[in-house]
Amino acid sequence: MWEYSEKVQEHFFSPRNAGAVKEANATGEVGSLSCGDALRLTLKVDPATETILDAGFQTFGCGSAIASSSALTEIIKGLTLDQALKVSNQDIADYLDGLPPEKMHCSVMGREALQAAVANYRGEVWTDDHEEGAMVCKCFAVDAKLIENTIRANGLNTVEEVVNYTKAGGGCSACHEGVEEILTRVLSEAGKSFAPTAGTTPLPVQAGRPRLTTVERIRRIEAVLDSVRPTLQRDHGDVELVDVDGRQVYVKMRGACAGCQMAAVTLEGIQEQMIEALGEFVRVIPAEARPHTQEPDRACA
Amino acid sequence: MTATAQGIYFDNNATTMVAPEVVEAMLPYFSEQFGNPSSIHQFGNRVGQAIKQARVQVQTLLGAEHDSEIVFTSCGTESDSTAILSALKVQPERREIITTAVEHPAVLALCEQLEKDGYTVHYLPVDGRGRLDLDAYGRLLSERVAIVSVMWANNETGTLFPVERMAEMARAAGVLFHTDAVQAVGKVPIDLKHTAIDMLSLSGHKLHAPKGIGVLYLRRNTRFRPLLRGGHQERGRRAGTENSAAIIALGQACAMALDHMEHEQTAVRALRDRLEQGLLAAVPNCFVTGDPDARLPNTANIAFEYIEGEAILLLLNKLGIAASSGSACTSGSLEPSHVMRAMGIPYTAAHGTIRFSLSRYNSAEEVERVIEVVPPIVAQLRKLSPYWGVDGPVEEPEKAFAPAYA
Repeated sequence: MWEYSEKVQEHFFSPRNAGAVKEANATGEVGSLSCGDALRLTLKVDPATETILDAGFQTFGCGSAIASSSALTEIIKGLTLDQALKVSNQDIADYLDGLPPEKMHCSVMGREALQAAVANYRGEVWTDDHEEGAMVCKCFAVDAKLIENTIRANGLNTVEEVVNYTKAGGGCSACHEGVEEILTRVLSEAGKSFAPTAGTTPLPVQAGRPRLTTVERIRRIEAVLDSVRPTLQRDHGDVELVDVDGRQVYVKMRGACAGCQMAAVTLEGIQEQMIEALGEFVRVIPAEARPHTQEPDRACA
Repeated sequence: MTATAQGIYFDNNATTMVAPEVVEAMLPYFSEQFGNPSSIHQFGNRVGQAIKQARVQVQTLLGAEHDSEIVFTSCGTESDSTAILSALKVQPERREIITTAVEHPAVLALCEQLEKDGYTVHYLPVDGRGRLDLDAYGRLLSERVAIVSVMWANNETGTLFPVERMAEMARAAGVLFHTDAVQAVGKVPIDLKHTAIDMLSLSGHKLHAPKGIGVLYLRRNTRFRPLLRGGHQERGRRAGTENSAAIIALGQACAMALDHMEHEQTAVRALRDRLEQGLLAAVPNCFVTGDPDARLPNTANIAFEYIEGEAILLLLNKLGIAASSGSACTSGSLEPSHVMRAMGIPYTAAHGTIRFSLSRYNSAEEVERVIEVVPPIVAQLRKLSPYWGVDGPVEEPEKAFAPAYA
């Protein structure tokens, strides 16, 4: 079940302003295709001041749709139409102490019902300009339609760019498969193909020996460890980088390597390779010998 | 402790309570009998013996000819994937799959992925009561089809598919047949040795065993390629150290399911029928979905028109009653149930479908309590609905309320 805030639950269990307003002179009826929810908002507006005297809702929808409708009517009562039109869907969500990302469209539906009702009062025709697609990124509530449109409008080619433009995929990264699928589809429409590695910068290989940055040094140290790892794993051991402090490289021997009589020899070999890779002298030291050891608590398999 | 003390649990198609006897049977295998069944010493050997017994218990419930046809896996989904991917692997020249539009996502999502990989998937449609057209199915069987995968019982409506007949049709056409039977095993009698079913998936947690244990039934001489390779466990057909405690639990649960099969078919069925009739009598504008003539004995799926399922569930939950819904908003995907859509249920009803699924641990008192509380909940929500008038749906609801959709 969804994690609803106390406020959402409260507005769902005891909705305010349920039902149609008597003598209503403004009605807005909208629905959300993505989940089939629908809402009718009725307002009683004072013609002299354009103040909303009363608001009522009828909702076919889930808990958060009902709570959003209830919140909307509470927010807009007493406002003028112009003030009410400034109420955003985020205002509705905030009023409810937030909505789950998949449920934000319920607040959008509330705002649209309001716009439709005001248009109805003013004798205008309201048209909806926003599209909704399936939710792709749950961390930042980004749907497929928005990602698609953004890719098209900005000529995006990579997942990284989609993250930068839409935030989609910038959190847990579980939706990257979905983002790649959208990229593949949209790019193929333009006769292009999606290349997963395009735009990522490979590690520079430096010919000379200029001073290395800290990040570069650590990368090279990791690369050396990665290269010896298969050998160690063949013997059911492993090695892990713990810290780099100046010329001291602290490593932790794991599995069968921990306590192995050959560990010292192994470390010597690793040290030689590191000196080669870094172009400077370093000492490879067991993490146990490190001052103020703050060993990450990790079990070895 | 009765189930009622913690609330009323009518969501047994989602998962079941682990039977106390099952817990008792499995507990020694954590701290006393913890050996690796592959080991030669006594710690391992005793576990190996217990697993052997569990395998026979599963075999007996399924009516399988040999105990070596039982392959323990981690869950129903793994069994489904193993079966379908194996069939494709052993017959690379066959590029088609037949399944149904109402399968569980464990099969559907895999099939959708396989379509992306270039396979052709035929999704058999269903009629308004969720039934298949076997003639249409027969016309699709050909030497291009690698496997047919059809569920034994639908998880949402409980509708039973004629898998035994369909398996015979597949065999006659030289096509492998797999059935996802996670909802059927333990609720309907199964006798695999007298069928043409080649592979079957089951899941422990649907029949009062714990989560994290499943079985793939693999008929002897069925060509097979494992999903997981590694050690020799399960005769090399599913590598990975055995989940001993859960396997032993599943064996016990299968033995108990067999003992209670008659009870499931009579007493549980009677509870379900009473619940259904009670609700239909007390609530206007609601109807049963699925095929009442061929259904699991424990499942009632009722569509309450003009209101939304999640709202019903939230109000039921407040009273300590657990059920589930085919509404979009409870699925996490915002799509209404693909099963309801496949049956052509109008969306004003599909969104209000509630599934009550019972077990042998439910009682007549619980059924009466639910019959008592549902009508006011439905009435309360209908009061909020734009499709509902004073004491009935507004006239021509679809016309009276026609929102602008985004």
